[in-house]
Amino acid sequence: MSILIDEKTKVLVQGITGREASLFTKYMIDYDTNVIGGVTPGKGGQTVHRVPVFDCVSDVVKNFGANTSIVSVPPRFAKDAALEAVDANIKLIVIFTERIPKKDVVLILDFAEQKNTKVIGPNSLGIISPGKCKVGAIGGPQNETKKSYMIGPVGIASTSGGMTTEIASLLTNNQIGQSTCISVGGDPIVGMTFRELLPLFEKDIQTKTIVLFCEPGGTQEEDAARYIIEHSYSKPVIAFIGGRFVDEMPGMRFGHAGVIVQKGKGTAKGKVEAFKKAGVLVADTLTQLVDYVKDSLR
Amino acid sequence: MKLYEYESKTIFKKEGILIPDGYLASSPEEVEKIANNLKKEVAIKAQILATGRGKAGGILFAKNPKEAKQLANKIFSLKIKGFEVEKVLVEERLYPSSELFLGITYDLSQKKPVAISSSLGGIDINEISRKYPEKIFTLPINMAWGMQNYQGKLLAKNMGLKSKIMFKAANIAVKLFNIFSKYDCDLAEINPLILTQDGELIAADAHLELEQEALYRHKELEQLNIPIRKDSPRIPTEFEIEAEKIDKIDHRGVAGRVVEFDGDLGLLIGGGGASLTIFDAVRYHGGKAANYCEIGGNPTVKKVKELTKLILKKPGIKGLAVITNVLNNTRVDLVARGVILAMVELDINPSEYPVLFRSAGAYEEDGYKILRKYGIKYLNRDYSIDQAAKTAVEMISK
Repeated sequence: MSILIDEKTKVLVQGITGREASLFTKYMIDYDTNVIGGVTPGKGGQTVHRVPVFDCVSDVVKNFGANTSIVSVPPRFAKDAALEAVDANIKLIVIFTERIPKKDVVLILDFAEQKNTKVIGPNSLGIISPGKCKVGAIGGPQNETKKSYMIGPVGIASTSGGMTTEIASLLTNNQIGQSTCISVGGDPIVGMTFRELLPLFEKDIQTKTIVLFCEPGGTQEEDAARYIIEHSYSKPVIAFIGGRFVDEMPGMRFGHAGVIVQKGKGTAKGKVEAFKKAGVLVADTLTQLVDYVKDSLR
Repeated sequence: MKLYEYESKTIFKKEGILIPDGYLASSPEEVEKIANNLKKEVAIKAQILATGRGKAGGILFAKNPKEAKQLANKIFSLKIKGFEVEKVLVEERLYPSSELFLGITYDLSQKKPVAISSSLGGIDINEISRKYPEKIFTLPINMAWGMQNYQGKLLAKNMGLKSKIMFKAANIAVKLFNIFSKYDCDLAEINPLILTQDGELIAADAHLELEQEALYRHKELEQLNIPIRKDSPRIPTEFEIEAEKIDKIDHRGVAGRVVEFDGDLGLLIGGGGASLTIFDAVRYHGGKAANYCEIGGNPTVKKVKELTKLILKKPGIKGLAVITNVLNNTRVDLVARGVILAMVELDINPSEYPVLFRSAGAYEEDGYKILRKYGIKYLNRDYSIDQAAKTAVEMISK
């Protein structure tokens, strides 16, 4: 098992001819991900790393049955690209693009909700189910991906792409593998948040423990904590909050667009408290995080 | 991007929301002239990009032009939350029969715009929600449909309005949402919305914040005399201004989000969530950062080099820690090259200077090779961010 992506995932890359997309397309193929097509309007007929390029998403869905799309197009084209994917009945859309205006993000999410499409991102580095499949730039080149990720029982969801790999690598170094690791995106509004991913991890028999990497700003952590309490969540959840210093500097942005503490809202301190109330272990350091994960798997 | 009150009102006027008769002034003499022309009692309001100006004496009322000049003198000499008052708005004074609140923002949890109304205008919305949460009405709005009249009516009704005035307020709510959507706002707020004694609804104050990410598609702002600028909760230091210049060398990589601190350990740290984690870790182990500077998105060697030079030249620096997460797309070797080149150009011997490098991921072997060549101490992924931060702090406290 695993969540969101596995051996049956058929990936479409929107914006495949772009510099970064073509690079991670290669890395996905190297990882034995089934990349079946790409879309760049006007460049239909070309190939990128032997992947055929089409003008429209529906061409790839109709002819090859793509079920997952990674969107890596400039911000001003992102709304159109994502809506096209939703309309073509893609079931999971991962948006790699960052700096998409909120209005466009909300419109994408509303349409996706109507069509029962899952959205990860924007500003997501991607998803990886080690040993099965990866979507997006997560893990980087093949060698590095294999060093950082291994098959195992820990599910990771993180507002930071970089820290998804860092934490996975730390666990792998301690011989603890992962089920599925998701970079949920660092923007203020993103598709699936911790709250929406927790039930998927709960149903997944491979996942025994869930690790959340969190940041100040927004309400994801508080929402997740509430979900855990209201649904008597059955699996151990361990959280790490990066950026506790941000609490002392209201109004300033650090790291991601969503990381801002304003008028006392979104503080790391508030998130720690919400998690503790929900019985979530909050690690003070990454070393402690590993200890907590080890304990939970005993 | 936060707009000044007068800029927000320019947009209100264009979009048909009633505002008081008024003009902008940059000197007490101008204020006197405007008051003279308005031939009414006036309100003089400091134009700053911070809230709480009322309490700080930034809003005063004058009965005649002479008094207006005197009071303007006072306002111009104020410093409110660090901001000098350079301009004031001189408006006809309004006589409210009641003050209301109307606002639109994004609810990050519901992932939708949400409209908020209250019969308690004129005070900070956070204060209202703390003291009288029952007086606040919120309504999620569908972005694609926009605000419908019935929703405007609901908002108006919850401000305690009835009959004709309720319809007027509903109309203002719909217009405010249209502004929110059309100009890509993060926040659109009228506080207070004033109901005058003769039954008019007027936006006495106006507060718009435009989303930074969407400014590229708002060329109309220039025609409205609203210059594009960057928000800053405090005035940037010289060090930060220099860093920003370096970031503009080219568009590749987020290198150069820099904040100055007063410690002695220079930092060049992985971007996004990693920078938050690493900065925390340095503090956790008792280190005092000289700066926050994130690098990510695979910046060029030149950018890394210039940033490193800037940090190394900072007075009081005792050492440098280059710590990143396990990198996905930023190349370890390019970061290493940038750091080494900076030292070479500054005539610093990398093998003697207190510098610690912890990085892994893309092109790590190439990176380690160069670091070894120049005798720089480095840690790989076998050492956590935690351990790296600890090692760096110990390195300079020796």
